[in-house]
Amino acid sequence: MLSKVFETSVNYLQVLDENGKLDPSTAPKDLDDKKVIDMYKLMCFARSLDAKVLSLQRQGRAVTYAPLIGQEGEQIGSAYAMRKQDFFVPNFRQHGVYLARNFPIDTFALYWKGFEEGGIIPKDSHAFPVIVPVATQIPHAVGVAFAQKYKNTNAAVVTYVGDGGTSEGDFYEGMNFAGALGLHVIFVIENNQWAISVPRTQQTAAKTLAQKAVAAGIDCMQVDGNDAIAVYKAVSDAINNPEKKPMVIECLTYRMSLHTTADDPTKYRPDSAVEAWKPKDPILRVRKYLQDKGAWDDAKQSAMEDEQSKIISAAVEKSEQFKPDPKSMFQNVYSFMPDVLKEEFDDAVANNFWQG
Amino acid sequence: MVQMNMVSSLNNALDLLMKEDPNVVLLGEDVGKDGGVFRVTDGLLDKYGADRVIDTPLAESGIAGTAIGMALAGLHPIPEIQFAGFMFLGFSQLINHASRYRSRTRSTLKVPMVIRTPVSGGVRTLEHHSDSPEAYYSHIGGLIVVEPSNPYDAKGLLIKAAHMQDPVVFLEPTKLYRLFKQDVPESMYEVEIGKAAQVAEGDKLSIITYGTMVPVVKDVVAKKNVSADIIDLRTINPLDEKAIITTAKKTGRVLIVHEASLSFGAGAEIAARIAEKAMFDLEAPIMRVGSASFPYPFPGYEQFYIPNALKISKAIDKLLSV
Repeated sequence: MLSKVFETSVNYLQVLDENGKLDPSTAPKDLDDKKVIDMYKLMCFARSLDAKVLSLQRQGRAVTYAPLIGQEGEQIGSAYAMRKQDFFVPNFRQHGVYLARNFPIDTFALYWKGFEEGGIIPKDSHAFPVIVPVATQIPHAVGVAFAQKYKNTNAAVVTYVGDGGTSEGDFYEGMNFAGALGLHVIFVIENNQWAISVPRTQQTAAKTLAQKAVAAGIDCMQVDGNDAIAVYKAVSDAINNPEKKPMVIECLTYRMSLHTTADDPTKYRPDSAVEAWKPKDPILRVRKYLQDKGAWDDAKQSAMEDEQSKIISAAVEKSEQFKPDPKSMFQNVYSFMPDVLKEEFDDAVANNFWQG
Repeated sequence: MVQMNMVSSLNNALDLLMKEDPNVVLLGEDVGKDGGVFRVTDGLLDKYGADRVIDTPLAESGIAGTAIGMALAGLHPIPEIQFAGFMFLGFSQLINHASRYRSRTRSTLKVPMVIRTPVSGGVRTLEHHSDSPEAYYSHIGGLIVVEPSNPYDAKGLLIKAAHMQDPVVFLEPTKLYRLFKQDVPESMYEVEIGKAAQVAEGDKLSIITYGTMVPVVKDVVAKKNVSADIIDLRTINPLDEKAIITTAKKTGRVLIVHEASLSFGAGAEIAARIAEKAMFDLEAPIMRVGSASFPYPFPGYEQFYIPNALKISKAIDKLLSV
């Protein structure tokens, strides 16, 4: 006997196409102009902040930086869907999500200037610090979700992983835990098509990254990641799901710039590949949509840009006042100061090692 | 002889090894088309093809474990892990398997492979890009741990490592990749593993060091104009105990310098061996200089973390004053 015991499929969602045309049949029911304008402003804000940190890095005023440009749609769409009580567990390219969660920009800038003080998270941001080793934060998101269930807080957890990160063991383990323990984690896959130099097509033989959820027994879908409204809908539905089920949402987007400032993409991808994605820009299409409706114009645009640029400049200026105190390295290793560590600290102070 | 920095001498070594033995394969994240994020494998994909220079999926345990399987089945893999901090994702494969296949099969199976990774800091990189993990890999036993401090040694040690029938953890100090050039032969040569290099001779004290600290120590000793034996270990495991004990007995004053954090570092092992075998030849207590005993900080603080010239200089003064 041979019988079929399992079958599955993966849906793809787009609401706003690259010409700014909205599909009313898939549009979120709670969508109004205010929400679209909010998301639009946040996307523009994220892009300006990204450009600012990149320029600081180029001037030697920030450390190695991972640019966001091109991915504002999936980050703002998903972050905007999060409720105040929900938690956000990032990797290292979550600038847009941090911004949308009202994370202080001067603290964000401190991280990219190379200081642990950039990891001080205001409690009401419901966020966690930047995590660098790929996909290793995913089991943390699962643990945070377990704590929400245990404490009955009605908070969901949203975590992010790149296309490359879906190859890591921690990604599979995290999904499987969430499925097995029935936890409300939303795994947003930011499929920007490149893991440094390795294209998505070489990363896995799987047709979609979303389908990796199937083996863990959890729901999944694919979304146009450059369509903030579609991402908003997908994440919002997953967050507001009364069954509080885990979900994998693969956002198709594109890394328009560098992996990080240490990277040289001309080694492995032609400029024409990037050009092809320019018309699909996540910001452009929302502006077209809003302008077609008469809800946005050039005057509003320039007023917004002025305001955002002032906020960014003030925050960067504040971050540049920061002076690192080496004592803080010793004070934050344990909940107490062991004698051996105190001896190392005293020795450094007595001998002025830090002036050398 | 050609002037090479460490990146080009390592690249040259890999090229010679691949030409010599068709069983040598490279694998890792971005080692192919990109030529590695530091360009150590640059040009090798074009020369040897995608069957031998493999751009893997992003998974360090997968890279380490797959390399072990390749080695068990008769290949000689040289995997690259992009940064030492990410190698901990493959730690289980190295500690639980690469180190033990030989002993668990009484040498009927072996794991001939060289796993390469950039180590140590000083170049303002993000978290997990600056770790000095040599002690972890040395502690288990069964893994050879090598760390060159110059382009000539880097090439010769890598060739020797790939000619052995053992798993070798090959640690490449990021800061030294392009810091200076040296005359390096273009032909194949080996630098012995398990043998330290005496990089300076003197009689007042002995400084035992390796990796990023070698050029710093040399510089301090030259500026202070002090007569010192400087020993560059080159291999962390197995230690060149003979060289260590010989210099300790000769000068009677020993300073050990490494970038890794002080507590439970390689310096502790070296000091213990000297205490056991040369105690009565010492004129002063053994001294160690290392980074503070906590994880490598963010780049904005690294200047306060890595041992600097002043710290080494004061340690020398203290040692000579006893």
